[in-house]
Amino acid sequence: MANLFSNFVGIKSPNPFWLASAPPTDKEYNVRRAFEAGWGGVVWKTLGLDPHIVNVNGPRYGAVWGADRRLLGLNNIELITDRPLEINLQEIKNVKRDYPDRAMIVSLMVPCEEAPWKEILPKVEATGADGLELNFGCPHGMSERGMGAAVGQVPEYIEMVTRWVKQTTRMPVIVKLTPNISDITYPAEAALKGGADAVSLINTVASITSVNLDSFSPEPSIAGKGSHGGYCGPAVKPIALNMVAQIARNNNTQTLPISGIGGVTTWRDAAEFLTLGAGNVQVCTAAMTYGFKIVSEMISGLSQWMDEKEIKTIDQVIGRALPNFTEWQHLDLNYITKAQIDQDLCIKCGRCYAVCEDTSHQAITSSINGQRGFEVIDAECVACNLCVNVCPVDNCITMRELQPGEIDTRTGLVVEEAYGSWLTHPNNPHRSAAE
Amino acid sequence: MTNDVTTPGIVAARIESDSYVENFDDVHKPLNSHEAFVAADRCYFCYDAPCVVACPTEIDIPLFIRQISTGTPKEAAKTIFAQNILGGMCARVCPTETLCEEACVREAAEGKPVEIGKLQRYATDKIMEEDVHPFQRGKDTGKKVAVVGAGPAGLACAHRLSLHGHKIDLFEARDKLGGLNEYGIAAYKTVNNFAEREVRWLLKIGGITPKLGMKLGKNLQLDDLQEKYDAVFLAIGLGGVNELSLEDENVFGVLNAVNFISELRQASELKAIPIGRNVVVVGGGMTAVDAAVQSKLLGAENVTIVYRRGLDQMSASVKEREHATSSGVRILTNLLPKKIIAKDGKLEEIVFAYAKSLNGKLEAGSEEVSLKSDQIFKAIGQTCDEIDNKINVPSQKVTTIEGGRIGDQNIWAGGDCSSEGEDLTVTAVAQGRDAAEDINRFLNHL
Repeated sequence: MANLFSNFVGIKSPNPFWLASAPPTDKEYNVRRAFEAGWGGVVWKTLGLDPHIVNVNGPRYGAVWGADRRLLGLNNIELITDRPLEINLQEIKNVKRDYPDRAMIVSLMVPCEEAPWKEILPKVEATGADGLELNFGCPHGMSERGMGAAVGQVPEYIEMVTRWVKQTTRMPVIVKLTPNISDITYPAEAALKGGADAVSLINTVASITSVNLDSFSPEPSIAGKGSHGGYCGPAVKPIALNMVAQIARNNNTQTLPISGIGGVTTWRDAAEFLTLGAGNVQVCTAAMTYGFKIVSEMISGLSQWMDEKEIKTIDQVIGRALPNFTEWQHLDLNYITKAQIDQDLCIKCGRCYAVCEDTSHQAITSSINGQRGFEVIDAECVACNLCVNVCPVDNCITMRELQPGEIDTRTGLVVEEAYGSWLTHPNNPHRSAAE
Repeated sequence: MTNDVTTPGIVAARIESDSYVENFDDVHKPLNSHEAFVAADRCYFCYDAPCVVACPTEIDIPLFIRQISTGTPKEAAKTIFAQNILGGMCARVCPTETLCEEACVREAAEGKPVEIGKLQRYATDKIMEEDVHPFQRGKDTGKKVAVVGAGPAGLACAHRLSLHGHKIDLFEARDKLGGLNEYGIAAYKTVNNFAEREVRWLLKIGGITPKLGMKLGKNLQLDDLQEKYDAVFLAIGLGGVNELSLEDENVFGVLNAVNFISELRQASELKAIPIGRNVVVVGGGMTAVDAAVQSKLLGAENVTIVYRRGLDQMSASVKEREHATSSGVRILTNLLPKKIIAKDGKLEEIVFAYAKSLNGKLEAGSEEVSLKSDQIFKAIGQTCDEIDNKINVPSQKVTTIEGGRIGDQNIWAGGDCSSEGEDLTVTAVAQGRDAAEDINRFLNHL
């Protein structure tokens, strides 16, 4: 049986599934329910200085749905905690006391000056919490006041504030990064320089989810006006995976532990984050869509997969896919595949044909021996795999790898066994001579 | 109440008054908006979609379903009506399980097609509830066309001709328009006078003048029509009914299923319709099912459909048959009607012989089975009334060429009286529409 125990920068939790700093971790009642449900840890919803902030009194969320109103993306305009600091601190203390084996991280956001940080840190330390997360990511509301993403978008500020915090507290410090920047490795490097123990990412993506076509207001609409919010949920996972992996393989940041965040909905998503270098994951939207119970599936799914792969511990998963994450220029151009359609599985919807014919390479026929049927024309197929992705039947269209010695009927060339990338390709004016 | 299901003979009011309302309510409840969105989401928007190919009127099904899923059901309805002006009725009565839904790739994928029929009803109801007619009549051409018969084919033809700006006189032998939609379909498929409302809605296009009580060969002559009108469209349906050809066939209690269904549809009070305790329906099509199920719903104790061939050869679809059996109707197969037994002019029993197939021909075997019956409904097919000796009537139906034209005369034909296609509402609509297009080309010398 796989051991899901997690030790993230010295913070221990029975599994790598933490709840991210957000409404689910806003108060004692919720967090106790989360721990009862089996979550390994929580990052308590961001605390600030009193007087506490206020939230809008209208809707806080906008949404993007897939088929059958499956929630694919959620955007929010909620700010940090809107409860007094003392109450939050007392509740954190209560919960940590009763659940000593769970990770209790406290998210913080105060103005970008040294004094407020020095003021709040001892108070947090007194709760017995296991660590801190500095919220440099929130892209809406707080950023207008010089906090959140306003800090996260300036590497110098990240480094400066992180240093203040590290100088003041003995607690592990995780710096939460915003994706609303051009290159995620710069803020990550700044955090590292400032002495951060880890980074967590991604925070939400600045977004407008939709516009009401009757009132012409962006959603969520507050008295006929909307402001941009932070986007999260399954839709942002690909963005998050890339940013996590970029930090994990960058020479300057690869030593930095990462808490992976962004659209983790199932055990599979979590495993993917871990393989790309995350030390654990944080979850919010999935819990806000289905409730705390989903952690049971995450735990059982990850265990089963690790058992099947004969992986004993979480550490053995972390970074497992990183050696295979490379730049385009290193991809093997001699790896040649062709789409092939399993005629027994094909239900003849013709979507592969429509997209290949209209938008790609005219490499699929719409009839076989005069009957409705769909078949790949190898001589036209560039192996883009668009057909695979639009096919509604799992595994009906697959990519067949041509073996060395076979002829690619599209180019008429024999498939080579040797690796050959853009770096050595004759069309590359900057190619290096093949060895 | 004095009668119940066990009361002998043919009597009315076998069930409680409230039960009639319940029994004859919509057999398939319409989708609400949520259900429609869920159902619409399942459509794959296929290339050259097989459902469209399978639809006799070739409605652009993927497009109208996508229009539903994007929240524009009235645009969806327009997509439907552009091909099939009786899309509302077809959504209710089409055997979708043998047409569009059978062809749906989801049927191949998981045995559960997209609910095309129900989605079509959802969309068409949206426009019809608002009583909005989505089309405008074309500029008057000064041409006049006689449409004979106001069933699905006649109505579809008249509407399309009017769209092109021609004037139409719509002749109907009965005292209501609608044909089989009004007279020949089970009540629970078209509740709340839908057939009548649909005709009223269709006529909003204008340019169509209904003339009721006009029967071809009686007070309407083909010669006259050909002379007075620029073109004539015949959609007179099938007036005759096939006989069992048994002795005592005219005894009290033996009826044509179509007459029973028509009577039921026109009844002001279902409670007043007498029904037997033991009812036998002879036949294997949708009319047989409609008659049998409605007999059961009226309170008959035992209802049996008897068909001469095997189950798989019944023209009633699997879904129709399941509807019958789940309503408590028994289906017996491979039985040939042999003898009607009556006593004092009153039906008592019907005897069937087990059928044997010899070189594809059915023959009565020696073994027999007898069914107690107070009432027999004959549903073994209909035949064409003799129209006019001017028209080539080699078999039982009018033979037409492409576009529904009869020879080189200014006569077209469509619907059940035509030799082409299946006898389905949707086929009749397609033929009426296509004949109208052909007539339009003819009138414009195109």
